Amino acid sequence: MRVEDPDVEVLARRPDIIRAFRKILPEEAVIAEEEALRVYETDGLTAYREIPMIALLPSTTEQVSAILEYCFEHGVKVVPRGAGTSLSGGALPLADGVLLAMAKFNRILDVDFENRCVVTQPGVTNLAITEAVEHERFYYAPDPSSQIACTIGGNIAENSGGVHCLKYGLTTNNVLGLETVLITGEVVRFGGKHMDAEGYDFLGLMTGSEGLLAVITEVTVRILPAPETARAMLIGFPSNEAAGDCVASVIAAGIIPAGMEMMDRPAVHAAEEFVHAGYPLDVEALLIVELDGPEAEVDHLIGRVEEIARGSGATTFRVSFGEEERLRFWAGRKAAFAAVGRIAPDYYCMDGTIPRKRLPQVLSRISRMSETYGLGVVNVFHAGDGNLHPLILYDANKPEELAKAEAFGADILKLCVEVGGVLTGEHGVGVEKRDLMGVMFDEDDLNTQQRVKCAFDPQSLLNPGKMFPTLHRCAELGRMHVHKGELRFPDIPRF
Amino acid sequence: MMTVLKPADALQLREAVAWAAAEEEPVEVVGGGSKAALGRPLDVEHRLEVSALTGIGLYEPEELVMSAAAGTPLREIEARLGERCQQLAFEPADYGPLLGGAQGEGTIAGVFACNLSGPRRIKAGAARDHLLGFRAVSGRGEAFKAGGRVIKNVTGYDMCKLLTGAFGTLAVLSEVTFKVLPAAEAARTVLGFGLDDQAALAAMTRAVGGPFDVTGAAHLPGPLAALSSVGAVAGAGRAVTAVRIEGPGPSVRYRAERLASAMGESGPVAELDGEDSRAFWREVRDVAPFAADRDRHVWRLSVTPSAAAKVVREVSGALDALGFYDWGGGLIWLAVAPAGDGAQGAQTAERVVRGALARAGGHALLVRAPEAARAAVPVFQPQPEPLARLTARIKESFDPHRVLNPGRMYEGV
Repeated sequence: MRVEDPDVEVLARRPDIIRAFRKILPEEAVIAEEEALRVYETDGLTAYREIPMIALLPSTTEQVSAILEYCFEHGVKVVPRGAGTSLSGGALPLADGVLLAMAKFNRILDVDFENRCVVTQPGVTNLAITEAVEHERFYYAPDPSSQIACTIGGNIAENSGGVHCLKYGLTTNNVLGLETVLITGEVVRFGGKHMDAEGYDFLGLMTGSEGLLAVITEVTVRILPAPETARAMLIGFPSNEAAGDCVASVIAAGIIPAGMEMMDRPAVHAAEEFVHAGYPLDVEALLIVELDGPEAEVDHLIGRVEEIARGSGATTFRVSFGEEERLRFWAGRKAAFAAVGRIAPDYYCMDGTIPRKRLPQVLSRISRMSETYGLGVVNVFHAGDGNLHPLILYDANKPEELAKAEAFGADILKLCVEVGGVLTGEHGVGVEKRDLMGVMFDEDDLNTQQRVKCAFDPQSLLNPGKMFPTLHRCAELGRMHVHKGELRFPDIPRF
Repeated sequence: MMTVLKPADALQLREAVAWAAAEEEPVEVVGGGSKAALGRPLDVEHRLEVSALTGIGLYEPEELVMSAAAGTPLREIEARLGERCQQLAFEPADYGPLLGGAQGEGTIAGVFACNLSGPRRIKAGAARDHLLGFRAVSGRGEAFKAGGRVIKNVTGYDMCKLLTGAFGTLAVLSEVTFKVLPAAEAARTVLGFGLDDQAALAAMTRAVGGPFDVTGAAHLPGPLAALSSVGAVAGAGRAVTAVRIEGPGPSVRYRAERLASAMGESGPVAELDGEDSRAFWREVRDVAPFAADRDRHVWRLSVTPSAAAKVVREVSGALDALGFYDWGGGLIWLAVAPAGDGAQGAQTAERVVRGALARAGGHALLVRAPEAARAAVPVFQPQPEPLARLTARIKESFDPHRVLNPGRMYEGV
């Protein structure tokens, strides 16, 4: 990835900028010493590192507003950050920019069971929301695997997913309201506790905008009644095709499981060796299918799923009895990344989505690429929603292996787009995939998106360098390339 | 005289918009025209119809995805989905009869452009939650696409959300790709009788917040229940509170029994199933209780369930208004008889409705009113300053010459 050179003019102003922020924030909330700044040099995509010019730790909306207003007036770039668990470099700092750490926004403000929602500050972790409501048998549905650490503000920036997306949606389907601060310092609210925000759907636009449009200072999410029961099935298959066929047949039968995960043979072996979940080792593909709801429904559907699985050629079929066994079935899948970390010095996690039926074809192409590149690969797959996570195994200490892994990863993502899928299902574009955006979008597509950015942030000060391969100036994007009279009246049926 | 442009394909659609942009000739964008009377009246001389862009392009039931050209009739899509026991889970409403037109005239792009969702919205999400990708022409005359055909996709901004509910003011959709879901094997509706608004809202809140997996919760006061085509509802002679359960047969039986016993604590209950249940929810979805009395203005209010009864009480204390609740109390439908004719009656009603909302939170849309009334009051919820400026900048970025449905949502947008 190409990194833009820091703006020397801004760096020269650093002492003034620090002084200005010390007027807005208390002493300890302005971090300017190199050792302390190093903490922020990377996010979950550790291949990229950059020490920010300054890190700020505001604790009120007014402070965020004052900071952004200053940055807007003085042309200073800003990178917002929650817990910094992004896997795409979405929170990678800039050497000539401010890192705006939202960690002090860590309070849940209002738990409203009557209207089934929670109002919270953005620095609260995903899991903490469920923990705040579970005593009344409610929960917050999206569950990215980093949910212990990742913040709800970051979840909204990235539109985070998890293993239950097919039935319960992504973050975007579970957010009701936001308070945000624009780069001008203006505070704008979208939505509230009610359903469907008025006017243009800024709530939907903000979700997944990767910190490029505004800084989130308050969040309202909906909560759901917890299902009465949940049971998981472990289903082994002699081939990826058979497992893929089973997934399609379950859905064609009208069943939407709470979760449907697939692991290939190397993933099953790595996970079993690591956590001893009791996975069958003589299968080529393993499905974990979870059903939730009232017991009467779950029991009824387990029977139907078993019938479908047998019809697709399943060689093993086990149903969890009791919560402990259900969690054991999941333990291997949840530890899959860590398990892979034990069999290779480093791994590079990809995140494409494909139409499900293309899975066997995509897996066999990935396996051929693996031979070409001479790097191993392990596949885990959110089979219900088509989100594929190939883990490319490499050794960062060997020269050129990282570059090789990145090239292999880019080839996988191009393949995903080629078969009708997309570059990223839940990790975001960030810095990692921005140069691949042209594989999926043409110039007009990207210009339309960048004009949305311009409507929020005309100087491109918020998280620049993420998402888009080339940064156009807003004035240039705004120009219309048509002239009066040059277009003949179109040859269109008129009445 | 109004010119009607009716492009035959996406290429001609692009040419038409490019012409409008170059000549700065604003156009009204319509699909089937079923919702043309929804929004602020337009002052334009050209109509751009996408009704010739039709056809289902892709339908893969096991992938839960369908693509269709913008002008494809909704009824064609629903029929095709029905063949494979699938549906649009957000239960798109048909406001044809409510707005004085025929039933079944809506197009798929109109459904998304207006983001109008039915009773299942509380469970399945809104129209905006189901659009996966699209092709469109912006007001600059540029054809562009966004999203994809897969459910899980965070590649770039979520432009699908921005265009859903933009009422054709940003771009003209030429093709939409959306998520489809299995239709429930069985459905039952538990009815409670004679509850006042406050008690009904409490009952619905308990039902939706409980372990019953509710897919619809509505409350009709006695006079509106009496208009139903469903005997058990019309014949009740008092208010009816309805809660719907859907899913596999054994599960529906089990949950409906438990729900009936929970609701039975506050009064007598009955159950609807089969065609009766379907007919009742169609009426709620299409606002049928307000279709006949054409003199009343119809307002649609999005609120929190806890504030809903108070809003209705305040409005009906000041105006001749009838109201019912959908979305477990999160949606209020009001039919208001304007005091006095024309602009003044509309303005008084608007002040009362939005005044009640200002204290409760939420927003209101004037769905049905004569053209003069829609010109006299803000049809869409007025926006506070920073939000209004942002809205104008978004409009500017897509449609700098204001050629697409200018003023349909807000003046100057």
